[in-house]
Amino acid sequence: MKFLEIAGKDLRAEFRTKQMLNSMMIFALLVIVIFSFAFGNEASIFVQGINKKIVDLLAPGILWIAFTFAGMLGLSRSFAGEKEEGCLEGLKLCPVDRSDIYNGKVISNAVLMFLMEIITIPVFAVLFSYDIKNITGMLLVVVLGTFGFIFVGTLLSALAVNTRTREILLPVILFPVLLPVILSAVTATGTMLASGQISDIAGELQILAVYDVIFFVVAQLVFEYTIED
Amino acid sequence: MLKKILFALTAVLMIISIYAVFSDYSPIPVSVKNAPGDPANFKIFYFHLPIAISSYLAFAVVFISSVLYLRGKQQKWDITALSAAEVGVIFAFLTLASGSIWAKSAWGAYWVTWDVRLNTSLVLFLIYLAYLMIRQAVEEPEKRARLSAVFGIVGFVGVPLSYMSIRLWNRATMHPVAQLNYSTHSPLIITLLVNFAAFFLLVASLIVLRIDNERMKEKINELKRVKNL
Repeated sequence: MKFLEIAGKDLRAEFRTKQMLNSMMIFALLVIVIFSFAFGNEASIFVQGINKKIVDLLAPGILWIAFTFAGMLGLSRSFAGEKEEGCLEGLKLCPVDRSDIYNGKVISNAVLMFLMEIITIPVFAVLFSYDIKNITGMLLVVVLGTFGFIFVGTLLSALAVNTRTREILLPVILFPVLLPVILSAVTATGTMLASGQISDIAGELQILAVYDVIFFVVAQLVFEYTIED
Repeated sequence: MLKKILFALTAVLMIISIYAVFSDYSPIPVSVKNAPGDPANFKIFYFHLPIAISSYLAFAVVFISSVLYLRGKQQKWDITALSAAEVGVIFAFLTLASGSIWAKSAWGAYWVTWDVRLNTSLVLFLIYLAYLMIRQAVEEPEKRARLSAVFGIVGFVGVPLSYMSIRLWNRATMHPVAQLNYSTHSPLIITLLVNFAAFFLLVASLIVLRIDNERMKEKINELKRVKNL
């Protein structure tokens, strides 16, 4: 359970200043507000013979853009902070397995992401005047999607921080790998917002769960190589 | 000697395959003849599929050499991974290019948004561009090899994703799935197999050439160091 200590250390440092959490939340809210202005609430379009609001078609995508972009802010700082003042060396000297550092970071990043999402989803529902039909299903999608994002994101964040371009490189290498998560999560969220039966999104949930498991295992195996010197 | 045989065999098979595709030997299926667009566009298929599978093959080489590099830290595996990634990126681009040209003739547009097959192929190309970007962003050879090997393992998710995209997301796709039957399509299958052999050998030759190139580069650097140039 050593990784809980590392997560605790990160979260304590974070809650002293709340710097990262505040910028993530405000950024996510800004993305949603900007999209709600940009696309308007009234414009509608015919899709397969049904009159649909454009916003309804775009909403799940907007939500996930907000999550991933705001999450990217948190991830890019996750290891950059350790790099300063040689904290990463200190962490590596700890008598723990290297993968415990990864697990600790996963937990602290996930906590920050979930806090951001808990605030963002209600604001999203209010701004787009949404009545989320299936809240449990929606939460399931958000949790699985967020873990997929965090598992890969934490690994690649440790990788990117060792390069010359650092934070700039992270989005470039993370988004292509994240495609299965975003594609499935957006489709599943759309279904949950509209009609809402968990059985309708079984396929997407399966992809998300398999993705999570694969990357959790892969990250345990290769994480040590990203921080070794 | 082995290399010379490989190159000669590649050249011969390449000539045979080009002849088979452009002559009347390779057939155009009846279903294509009745479809809108120039039926001759079907001939692109004989290049398109082998090129796509060859790019998967090159990326599999990246994956395997990345794993081997992390196990033994031998430089030759890093060079192999780099060479295979560069060749793979070119083939992934050619897949997109040949597919787009075919699509323009058969579907009337170069690109169809929201088609999973097309998007996952594009993302596969982007993943390995990101791989090359990581290599550019690190100066120290050992660290570059290590970090890019980690990404070479993580990025391989794109290959099964692109290959199985149609089955994974049961969303409508315009991209056809080949259903071939040897007894009715024998000239078609023979042309296809010759093309597969030609392009697999082409990938192998290009990777071998690229590895030689990289070795020579190192030899020159070594000589420069010895002579203090």
